[in-house]
Amino acid sequence: MTDSRRAPELPEVIYTPESRIKHPVEMLRDMWRDILAARELGWRLTVRDISAQYRQTFLGYFWAFVPALVTGATLSIASRNRVVDFGEADIPYTAYVIIGMVLWQTFMESMTLQIQAMSKAREMLAKINFPREALILSGLGQTLFNFGIKILLLAATFVWFDLSVPATILLAPFALVLLLVLGTGLGVLLAPLGGLYEDVGRGIIFSAMALLIVTPVVFVPPDGGTFAEIVALNPITPLLVTTRDLMTTGTMTHPLGFFLASLFAVLLLLAAWTAYRLAMPIIIERMSA
Amino acid sequence: MSGEVLVEVDNVSKKFCRDLKRSLWYGVKDLSGELTGRTQHDALREGEFWAVKDVSFQVRRGEVLGLIGPNGAGKSTLLRILNGLIKPDRGKIIIRGRVGALIALGTGFNPILTGRENVYNAGAVLGLKKKEIEDRYESIVKFSELEEFMESPVRSYSSGMKIRLGFAIAAQMQPDVLILDEVLALGDVAFKAKSFNRIYSMTEHAAVILVSHSMAQISRVATKTLVIRNGKQAFYGASVGEGISEYYKDAPNKLPANDFVSDLARIDRVEIEINGQQGLETVRSLDHVAIKILARIDGSVDRFSLNIVFFSEELINFMSCNSFFDGVTFLNSNCSNEIVLEIRNLNLNPGRYYVWIAVLRNDFGEILARNASAGMINIVGPHKGNEPVRLKGQWTHKQV
Repeated sequence: MTDSRRAPELPEVIYTPESRIKHPVEMLRDMWRDILAARELGWRLTVRDISAQYRQTFLGYFWAFVPALVTGATLSIASRNRVVDFGEADIPYTAYVIIGMVLWQTFMESMTLQIQAMSKAREMLAKINFPREALILSGLGQTLFNFGIKILLLAATFVWFDLSVPATILLAPFALVLLLVLGTGLGVLLAPLGGLYEDVGRGIIFSAMALLIVTPVVFVPPDGGTFAEIVALNPITPLLVTTRDLMTTGTMTHPLGFFLASLFAVLLLLAAWTAYRLAMPIIIERMSA
Repeated sequence: MSGEVLVEVDNVSKKFCRDLKRSLWYGVKDLSGELTGRTQHDALREGEFWAVKDVSFQVRRGEVLGLIGPNGAGKSTLLRILNGLIKPDRGKIIIRGRVGALIALGTGFNPILTGRENVYNAGAVLGLKKKEIEDRYESIVKFSELEEFMESPVRSYSSGMKIRLGFAIAAQMQPDVLILDEVLALGDVAFKAKSFNRIYSMTEHAAVILVSHSMAQISRVATKTLVIRNGKQAFYGASVGEGISEYYKDAPNKLPANDFVSDLARIDRVEIEINGQQGLETVRSLDHVAIKILARIDGSVDRFSLNIVFFSEELINFMSCNSFFDGVTFLNSNCSNEIVLEIRNLNLNPGRYYVWIAVLRNDFGEILARNASAGMINIVGPHKGNEPVRLKGQWTHKQV
């Protein structure tokens, strides 16, 4: 043995069957190290996926606006003609729906992009050891970019409907970030399972519908009744409603709900990230078996 | 001149499950075990087997471990554990320093993006910083010889071009531990030579683990070998020759090719005589060998010649003996012919060789019959050379 000659600066990695969760301090240190190491790759992957995405379309950014515009238009026609009743909003209903849909879409993207990033990176994951956090960062980066484009639509909505801009709009980004933390947390939690079973991806399509029904995106939060309770218990509700309220009315309707949901979102993301790391070698083993 | 130990593998085992559905379910179970910290790895569950079992080795800086074994022996699984992609089920691995794997060239390429953009992406995937890639960009492009294509989307590249670009990027790594999995045959002849040189220079200062089915390559590069068969360690040691012999225990005992019989001729029997004795299986280097061939040839053929070809264990035909080239053709006696070829001092290095015998019309004309199962000659001897042919030289020496 010539251990004494070993250069001291060489990093040492040890692989054993034992779960890393048994050494939480080291695990947290590794998580911190990897998230720092993942920034550059995360950025590159974000740029890669966005440029590839927009290079192959003719209409380009237009597609980012379509869902919110179409939903806004159809629902406002339906509502005006009394086909459905979505309640009375404090701002014009069409604007309410467009803003709600933009936030909803952004939330959903923050979740689904995590699952997509994982399945798109299958080959890379199976063959190269890179900091896996880069995938999480790239999903988040793309969500933010797509939201950035939709700010144009939001601005146009404000101008068109002549909405007043409250000072609290400066706080809206913080609320939005918490909404994304919740979405990313859910996505990161589900992504490893999605790597094993396709059921996860399919299930999300259905649950998206169900979630949309219990989240006040196109309707105004109801008062009283079982449905109102379900809507209120849904952690997406306070985050989304608060973001919209801070942008439009400037009032915060559910401060306690917002606080609890934010706390839940942050803890969920941390737990999901931990699980993601622990799960990765097992998922890779089964994905490529 | 070996440096510090960079790779330590201690009794590593890994289970696998053949059935997909069950494998996925075990995955879910392992996942919950991992999350609760109650991992149970020891016992095999239904449908599982040990893909890697109790493998131990060390690689120091400057050493090249040739990892060899038949397909499905567990080599790739072992590499993936070493690379940290999957966890071992038993045992322990210590890796010191930066790990670079030359596998899956071009992973991370997006076909829609240009070559230039993909250099940055693939470099980042391999852990190179933006600055590092910028500094090396020119040399990557130059090495790949794709100067004119860097602004075109990668999907317009040929597969060879993609591999060239992928290799040029990966070759920028300066790892302490280098993992090479069958990547050494790349592109056309010129590029192959260039990439060989680059790989050799990468191996000089690293601890290298090389997986290859080319024993020529293993014998050229490896400083020690590990042979695994059915996941188990069949040989581990500094003798590359012994490792290669162990690997060839799996080789078939006759040349895997078809015999050929025409209406005009058939080879009935081939006997190999060593130093005048029949029935010996092993030949010592430089023994006298006689090959006796019994062939029936139709009367319409008036003269014929024989061609005997020797194949190495890698199924490369490296040596032949042709009667016509020796100025001999045989008059057909219109029935059974017995021809004996005597080879003095069969100058082959120890190893296993296949013999293939062909009967040709007249002077190296049409093949009338071919016997591919003529047999195997097993040469033994004290000196193990990596090249099949050994020349007996006349040596002189004087002080100058």
